[in-house]
Amino acid sequence: MDSQSCVSIQLERDIIYARQIGRQFAEQLQFGLVEIARIAATISEIANNIFLYAEKGQICFQIMEGTGQKGLRIIASDVGPGIKNIEKAMEDGYSTSEGLGAGLPGIKRMMDEFEITSIVGEGTRIKVIKWVRSCDNEG
Amino acid sequence: MKAIMLDKETYKQLLNQYISTQDEGALYRAERLTRNFIKKNILPEEIIDLHIQVLRETYPTIYEEMVYMCQFLLETMISYGLAIQENETLREKQLAMRTEISLAANIQKTLLSSTLPEVDGLDIGVISVPAKQMNGDYYHFVTGKDGSIGIALADIIGKGIPAALCMSMIKYAMESFPEQLMNPNDILRRLNHVVELNVDSSMFITMIYAKYKNGLLTYASAGHEPGIYYCKETDTFYNLKAKGLVLGVSTDVSYSQYEQELKAGDMIILLTDGVTEYRNGDQFAKRGELLRIIRQSMKLKAQDIVENVYQHFNSLSEYYQQDDFTLIILKKY
Ligand SMILES: Nc1ncnc2c1ncn2[C@@H]1O[C@H](COP(=O)(O)OP(=O)(O)O)[C@@H](O)[C@H]1O
Ligand SMILES: [Mg+2]
Repeated sequence: MDSQSCVSIQLERDIIYARQIGRQFAEQLQFGLVEIARIAATISEIANNIFLYAEKGQICFQIMEGTGQKGLRIIASDVGPGIKNIEKAMEDGYSTSEGLGAGLPGIKRMMDEFEITSIVGEGTRIKVIKWVRSCDNEG
Repeated sequence: MKAIMLDKETYKQLLNQYISTQDEGALYRAERLTRNFIKKNILPEEIIDLHIQVLRETYPTIYEEMVYMCQFLLETMISYGLAIQENETLREKQLAMRTEISLAANIQKTLLSSTLPEVDGLDIGVISVPAKQMNGDYYHFVTGKDGSIGIALADIIGKGIPAALCMSMIKYAMESFPEQLMNPNDILRRLNHVVELNVDSSMFITMIYAKYKNGLLTYASAGHEPGIYYCKETDTFYNLKAKGLVLGVSTDVSYSQYEQELKAGDMIILLTDGVTEYRNGDQFAKRGELLRIIRQSMKLKAQDIVENVYQHFNSLSEYYQQDDFTLIILKKY
């Protein structure tokens, strides 16, 4: 498997495919079961947002290998309508999922690093990283 | 991480104990352990993960299907974990907000506090107890240069913070009116104008404004709960009749003004509807109950009477304070 791969999101089934690819990367990095499940849930959220609000876009996976750290970086980008008020969108209880805890704030909780840039009329880009912790692959 | 390893050992022990004995004690201790997990923000999916680890250690030859089942369960728990975390954040936010409100309530108290005036021949008692943190009732005493006193009692329909803010406005509006010329009906007319201009139409204010000087009470009401007059001579309570539109409903409203002479032993009772509105029974009976208690303690100081009344209602088993409670008694001696 390459250390980088992109999935384009346009149909709902692409979301499932993206989860699958993300899971493969996560397994390759030997994340624990919990972290793998969280990575898959993160992919669902960002892919769903592209599908719902931007119609199409792509999600790219990249294995990060740096000084003593390994991790998975996921970048979702689209050229959709963008988000007017990011601060609001990041607030708990704002998402239309209403109190289900998912949405953008949920992604932030599940990942180690989270970055969102969005320009109205131009699109949205979300970058997240999950680092592998040494204890993740303990028995 | 170390802590979870310790917990893992405990979990493993308990699980094994339960598997071999189905011991209630193991379940009880597991319950304790879960509380500990919650305290440490350990999420459902992490417990299932722990469960899988223990399964594998205890039964190294376990069917993979069994593990898949657990993994499936783990995946479905992710959303629960997120919902729990969101709840926690919202709970913290709510706590912070509550602290803020109680600070605001304190400021309100200071801002709107009114000291009882000293008037020859008149004994005054007041009690005002909010149902929630912020009081939607407002009373205010002013002493005029001519030796008169003015008494304002208002009930803001629409509670909480907006009501409190609205009250400050009323207070400052009243203070800005020129003192000399002001009669109760003038004051209400002007206040109506202020409220009409500045306050959201979903909020209403009822008010009774009374002025007392040399044994004569002049008053006007803007839709407020009627006051009560106690006549010593006939030993009877009468409702203080007064007509007038609630503040803030209509632009140009004029208010009628009424008078009541007070002789030694007479009393004036002003109240908000929180005094007579509690769970069961009808309004009329409750006014009767109020008068009964007042009659019982009539010989006391005005302040003791109002406190007695509050104590009495508060001790009734069916009483549940739904509304802000304010009672003012003026006793002529
Ligand atoms: N890729 C995107 N393009 C445009 N708007 C988006 C995008 N992602 C999120 N949003 C906006 O941000 C809001 C919050 O998103 P999210 O937290 O996922 O909650 P939800 O999708 O349940 O509303 C969405 O309602 C949407 O208005
Ligand atoms: Mg969403």
